[in-house]
Amino acid sequence: MLRFALSRLASLVLSLVVASLVIFAAVEVVPGDPAAFMLGMNAAPDTVAALRHELGLDLALPLRYLAWTGGMLAGDLGLSYTYRVPVADLVLARLGVSLPLALYALALSTLIAFPVGLVAAARRGRAADWGIMAGTQLGIAVPNFWFAMLLVLVFAIRLRWFAAGGFPGWEAGPLANLKALTLPAVALALPQAAILARVLRSALIETMGQDYIRTARAKGLSERRTLVAHALRNAMIPVLTILGLQFSFLIAGGIIIENVFFLPGLGRLVFQAITQRDLIVVESVVMLLVFAVILVTFLTDLAYAAVDPRLRRRA
Amino acid sequence: MRWPPALVAGAALTAVFVLAAALSFLWTPAPTTGMDIAARLRPPGGGHLLGTDHFGRDMLSMLMVGARTSLAVAVVAVGFGMAAGVPLGLLAAARQGSLVDEVVMRANDLVFAFPALVIAILITAVFGPSAFNAILAIGIFNTPVFARVSRGAALALWTLDYVRAAQVAGKGRARISVEHILPNILNLLIVQGTIQFSLGILAEAALSYVGLGAPPGTPSWGRMLAEAQTMIALAPHTAVIPGTAIVLAVLGLNLMGDGLRDITDPRLRGAP
Repeated sequence: MLRFALSRLASLVLSLVVASLVIFAAVEVVPGDPAAFMLGMNAAPDTVAALRHELGLDLALPLRYLAWTGGMLAGDLGLSYTYRVPVADLVLARLGVSLPLALYALALSTLIAFPVGLVAAARRGRAADWGIMAGTQLGIAVPNFWFAMLLVLVFAIRLRWFAAGGFPGWEAGPLANLKALTLPAVALALPQAAILARVLRSALIETMGQDYIRTARAKGLSERRTLVAHALRNAMIPVLTILGLQFSFLIAGGIIIENVFFLPGLGRLVFQAITQRDLIVVESVVMLLVFAVILVTFLTDLAYAAVDPRLRRRA
Repeated sequence: MRWPPALVAGAALTAVFVLAAALSFLWTPAPTTGMDIAARLRPPGGGHLLGTDHFGRDMLSMLMVGARTSLAVAVVAVGFGMAAGVPLGLLAAARQGSLVDEVVMRANDLVFAFPALVIAILITAVFGPSAFNAILAIGIFNTPVFARVSRGAALALWTLDYVRAAQVAGKGRARISVEHILPNILNLLIVQGTIQFSLGILAEAALSYVGLGAPPGTPSWGRMLAEAQTMIALAPHTAVIPGTAIVLAVLGLNLMGDGLRDITDPRLRGAP
């Protein structure tokens, strides 16, 4: 297990290094001098030069790459060109919205998908199964941002149960914030729940054909207990994979949903940064998103190996 | 052989969209370039079957031209992913366990760590928004998908007798990959292609919606939704109609993909 974990860790570090090189190179291609951009058209050349020096823009490329990555490791993401505050502070404040949103959506999609997938598997081939499969087929086809707009139309504009957007801030108390995040989380969760329910159903059906399930039935266990106690546990590997993948989709999907609901999260930060050409913010937030995805993949790999010892050898 | 109902329904829906997009080159119910402010935000019915948008443009005509954008972006992006991914997958399989295989698979993992939207953000930050950048982002994201599928399928084929026979006959690995492996994984690639095609339509809509895709002035389903957002209380049809078009197009492609998979993989027959 330790050897497996170490080899996965090595590939995690390698992925991060390559990803940071790609991101750094991409942003370096952009024409224009951020210092000149920050100071405006009428800045004196020596003021621009002083700012370039202050931002470290006068260093050679490899040194700037090392300064950027070294800074990130120490928690210093640089200084935003437009906000003139440390990027780390901006990111941290926005993460306070994006992370709860992603976790809320993940919890919702799991809560919806498990009962639905179990029922479909237990009633395989019957009306309930066909109904659920048709519903999930539709759920996969619905773009989450459009679903979000429909939720706003029905629950915010017509019924007035929720606000159409915005975020009161954590000072307003957890309940007010939970309410503000509910429609966005539902919009994110439903298409994901549809995928998860389908994967769970087919994984369960696959395990239900195994010998140990026949044994469980033969010893007189009820169908429900067989399904929940024996089949579900063994169907967890594909489900874990999808859950891991979904986290990265939730992060990316969150970026769009935040724009529908005007939530001050990482997604809004990135889009503002793009329009303002605040490239250091784009660079750091993209790196952070990629880091999150790579980390989740790493953790999923470890989780598999813990669940199924057969997979450890494949390192 | 009886055709699965999913395949028939899916192919029919897909055909409607392809025909609508093709027809839009020759004819639309109304022009999509002019404005008619007097007729803005009309509900469906009357002179405009699906109503009008905030510039008074006919929604049905906008949908037809938008279908063109969606289909074009998705087709080119999936084609890009296939053109790059399939050779990489075949190469990795032909040299299983070698350094080439390892590098291809690790590079795949790396690209997977950049979700399509994140790639699009990076490209847009550098080059600015355009349909071409949306294609590039979706295409890059598709490459590892096809590499993985073709490698997995090709690995299984390399152990079969007829491939061994071809090796004994003195054919090189590249030639075997093209002459014997590729034709036998083609149906798998078509099924995967259908699924990626529907994901491409969703991705194009999302990118255009947030302003990273089709530029202003190019009718696109995602753009129509972005423009509808501020008027959703006033004219819900401007949001409901383009969204429904996306759902139906994606549903059609997914059903078609499932149906094709059922035909090519008999083990799955009977599953909904």
